[in-house]
Amino acid sequence: MGHRLFVLACGLALALLTMLSDVVQAEEHKPIRIGFVTFLSGPAAGPFGVPAKLAAEAIVQSLNAGKAPPPYANKGFGGTPLELVVIDEAGGATKQVTEYRNLVERSDVDFVVGYISSGDCLAVAPVAEEMKKLTVLFDCGTPRVFEEASYKYVFRTRPHATMDAVAAALYLLEVRPDVKTYAGINQNYAWGQDSWNDFSAAMSVLKPDAKVTTSQMPKFGAGQYGAEISALIGSRSDVIHSSLWGGDLEAFMLQSVPRALFKDSQLVLVAGEPYLHRLAGNMPDGTIVGARGTHGVFAPDSPLNSWLKEIYKAKADGLNPNYPAYSAAAAFLGLKAAYEKARLAKLSASTPMGSNKGVKEEMEKAYQVGPSQEEIIAAFERLSFDTPSGQMNMNLGKGHQAAAGTAYGVTKLVNGQVTVVNIRRYPADRVQPPEGMSSADWIKSGMKPGK
Amino acid sequence: MSQLPAVVIDGILYASWMFIIAVGLTLIYGVMKILNVAHGSLYALGAYTAATFAGYWLGHGYPAFGSYGVLLIAALVVGLIAGPVIERGLLRFMYGREEIVLVLVTYALFLILEDFTKLLFGVDPILVGAPYALLGNLEMGSLIYPVYSLVLVVVSILVGVALALVLSGTRHGKMLRAVIHDREMSMAVGINVSRVYLVTFTAGAMLAALGGAITAPTTSVQPGIGAEVIVLAFAIVVVGGLGSLGGAALGALIVGLVRSAAVHYQPEVELFSVYVVMALVLIVRPKGLFAAPEARKI
Amino acid sequence: MKRDPTVPILMGVVIFLVAVGAFLPQWALSFLTVVLNLGIVVLGMALMMRTGLVSFGQGLYYCLGAYAAGGLDHFYALSDLLLMAVAGALLAGLVASLLGLLLAKYRDIFFAMLSLAFSMILYGLLVKTSALGSTDGFGLSIKTFASVTIGTHSVRYVIYASAVVLAGASAAAMHAYYRSHLGRLAEAIRDNELRVEYMGASVRRVIHLNYVISAALAGIGGALMAGAIGHVDPETTANWTTSGEFVFIAILSGTGNVLAPFLGAGVFEAVRTFALERFPNTWQMTLGITMLLVIMFLPGGLWSMFRLRRRGA
Repeated sequence: MGHRLFVLACGLALALLTMLSDVVQAEEHKPIRIGFVTFLSGPAAGPFGVPAKLAAEAIVQSLNAGKAPPPYANKGFGGTPLELVVIDEAGGATKQVTEYRNLVERSDVDFVVGYISSGDCLAVAPVAEEMKKLTVLFDCGTPRVFEEASYKYVFRTRPHATMDAVAAALYLLEVRPDVKTYAGINQNYAWGQDSWNDFSAAMSVLKPDAKVTTSQMPKFGAGQYGAEISALIGSRSDVIHSSLWGGDLEAFMLQSVPRALFKDSQLVLVAGEPYLHRLAGNMPDGTIVGARGTHGVFAPDSPLNSWLKEIYKAKADGLNPNYPAYSAAAAFLGLKAAYEKARLAKLSASTPMGSNKGVKEEMEKAYQVGPSQEEIIAAFERLSFDTPSGQMNMNLGKGHQAAAGTAYGVTKLVNGQVTVVNIRRYPADRVQPPEGMSSADWIKSGMKPGK
Repeated sequence: MSQLPAVVIDGILYASWMFIIAVGLTLIYGVMKILNVAHGSLYALGAYTAATFAGYWLGHGYPAFGSYGVLLIAALVVGLIAGPVIERGLLRFMYGREEIVLVLVTYALFLILEDFTKLLFGVDPILVGAPYALLGNLEMGSLIYPVYSLVLVVVSILVGVALALVLSGTRHGKMLRAVIHDREMSMAVGINVSRVYLVTFTAGAMLAALGGAITAPTTSVQPGIGAEVIVLAFAIVVVGGLGSLGGAALGALIVGLVRSAAVHYQPEVELFSVYVVMALVLIVRPKGLFAAPEARKI
Repeated sequence: MKRDPTVPILMGVVIFLVAVGAFLPQWALSFLTVVLNLGIVVLGMALMMRTGLVSFGQGLYYCLGAYAAGGLDHFYALSDLLLMAVAGALLAGLVASLLGLLLAKYRDIFFAMLSLAFSMILYGLLVKTSALGSTDGFGLSIKTFASVTIGTHSVRYVIYASAVVLAGASAAAMHAYYRSHLGRLAEAIRDNELRVEYMGASVRRVIHLNYVISAALAGIGGALMAGAIGHVDPETTANWTTSGEFVFIAILSGTGNVLAPFLGAGVFEAVRTFALERFPNTWQMTLGITMLLVIMFLPGGLWSMFRLRRRGA
């Protein structure tokens, strides 16, 4: 017993020493390390996680080569090359909090970009604040992040999910003003529940006499919707709202289209865009579809849009980028814009006109060291920057939450491909609550456009 | 009220689907006393393989009706390869151990197979809906059901009946039942228990893969489908009484009908319905519905 | 007879860990905190396993503990870690004393499945409750320990040290329990229930008691983990996959000693973290293979490494 115990004690001591020595070895490294957290396994990997990763890799590669269109033509961030550290978002919020700490302390990243799952965003944000590490949430939808708390180190470069639900209601009532009944089929977890709640709340304000027939909440990942489809058919609703995505959406379409569910019911797919190209033949014409923002087919023509499409297609075997890829682009470009703005400010401040004492030292310092986290944060707040999806304005959440408009359209099968036509756009203030107001309150009070 | 026919039909459809998946699990448990957590992974492998094979078949323009045969072949292939490999290569070394250790072994196996499936087939879901849509729909008044789902009911009944016949009629089946009742006595009487185990596990694997293969055309085969069905399968097997074929059928029927009723009348409770049924059945019949009476061993 | 070195070792380890924690980097403190919290839960699992029962629904109590902790901060602004741990233990223990009345009648796989059913019912209830954030859960923060305010820079350390002390206390308590009359009955029940009944002890009573104790431990672990992570949600607490992990670690560790669960939890977390970082695409496979190797070559669990010597004599 004693001998074994000695071995165990040595093993523990060794483990502790390794942990300690990690601290001692802090070194200066040249490239900027960005931790990127996205789903590499599980059902979210296919439609969201892996496209986001491919986009991140393509963008970093292109930025490092200085091939991005202006105003992002600088190599990397301000001339310093970028290095990507990708980790899997799987495992749940508890695991992700631990992994975030590891990313910041052991992998020594300068910034963290990531998080598709709302649960992970909510769990990681306070940790980012505690560790004082600039973190950009790039894809999660929950409005709760900046409605329930304020953060200095956390930014989100995309509008939250309230926008998707409200715009869906607005678009629906523009193309089908005579809606009398509506139903929903959403996955039974926060995203699905919030999406349905926001949509029905918006509908009850915009068209109070429209009635809810049934709200189906199948388990996330259920894959078999026979009974739900029967219930929806039986409900004879004018409209069916759904925030289903990925494989679940495909299964639902596969099972519902042959049963003619959509013969008399209009389908609204809030997150339908990522897999549209796979659903040709299983997507009835006239389905209202959104991309959670002006991404993909809704993105305005611009050199940035063409750039993203080109570099993404090269990485993704010819596939077009979908909305997670655009979200990733917004995050990296926003961070770059903030970094370079901060760096420029720092350089200007170090070369004051007419003063020559210490100018050389200050300039060298500014050129070599790069802007600090606080300086970048100051630049990032209330920043407006261009992305392949259009302009993003960090106007909400005390300058930390992006605001932008969105768009919806309807599907139409053209030459065997699913295209989106009849696109209508909605500006930010019509679909997002203003600063300081919660989404629920804003919708209930009539969704008045804020400042 | 007019929803009642739909509730019943949906319940039966769901039950038949669950039965095919659960029956292999109850067979393996009954004979080998192993609660095979990897059953879900075999189901997933069967689904992925079937979707890939069927996609290949249809993509090359072969006759569409042949795709059904392709699905069955995929299930056979997965079962005949995975079954013996797992049983001979891994489980065989663990038979003397406690039941719970074997559950752990199958859980580790489940983890391994999850990534193995991902490496083999990628993270994108596979959608091969043609075999499902091919048979068209059956319209009964305002209710429309795909013929494929109704065929599934027939298939599950056939599987159940075939298994029952094999177990009661054939010599091999009787040996299996002997092993279920008392392994030591069976060995004493000269039954090659080791071979019985191999055959049983392979059969269970084939049934799991068959479940997956049949399901593949109706849904999008994506990562995680294995984990989804495991708990459902466990629930049905436990509700029915472990090792009982009739129990699995009745368990599946009860779960299917309750779930269907929930979806039609009170959708928010759908999430719990399976577990509530399981808890209620276990409270009333602690060893499941059709548990064999066991003599207490002192 | 050789004196049992467990308690002195325990005290030594606790003192050592508390002391060295002041010099460890944050990520190491977080890692050890997670390991210790898991270890407390598995300590409870080990008690049940010694009694011959494996619960696949321990997540129920882990979740109750976590939400008790979260609820205290979120709804009552009581951000005291010790209070949270106590609340977790009480809530879990209370529910267990009720459910245990039913569950104590079940054995083997039926016990496992019924406990799983209850944990999934709680899971379903939480998913439905948007006031608790549904699947996204909600956050909490720790401000005091036993009413002593924690400085903002020491929060990580205090959470860590609390875990060390509470883990040590739980382990010591369990050790004492195992040496008591009631404690020894556990293994007797596992070996042969009928004989224990014959001898006049109430099997039902002992199982019920052990079930409540293990639930309380899970509640403490859950509350501490909630405080450490700063977030609670149903997925990582009440879902059956979490309960499955506890079973995994419990069997991995072996039931030989009260220190075993912590060793097992440490190895499991280390392998999982290592696998997640080095093999982001195949971490599950890595974990599975490692576990298989341990199961195959260390049949008594990891702790059996320290038992082998005794057998020689």
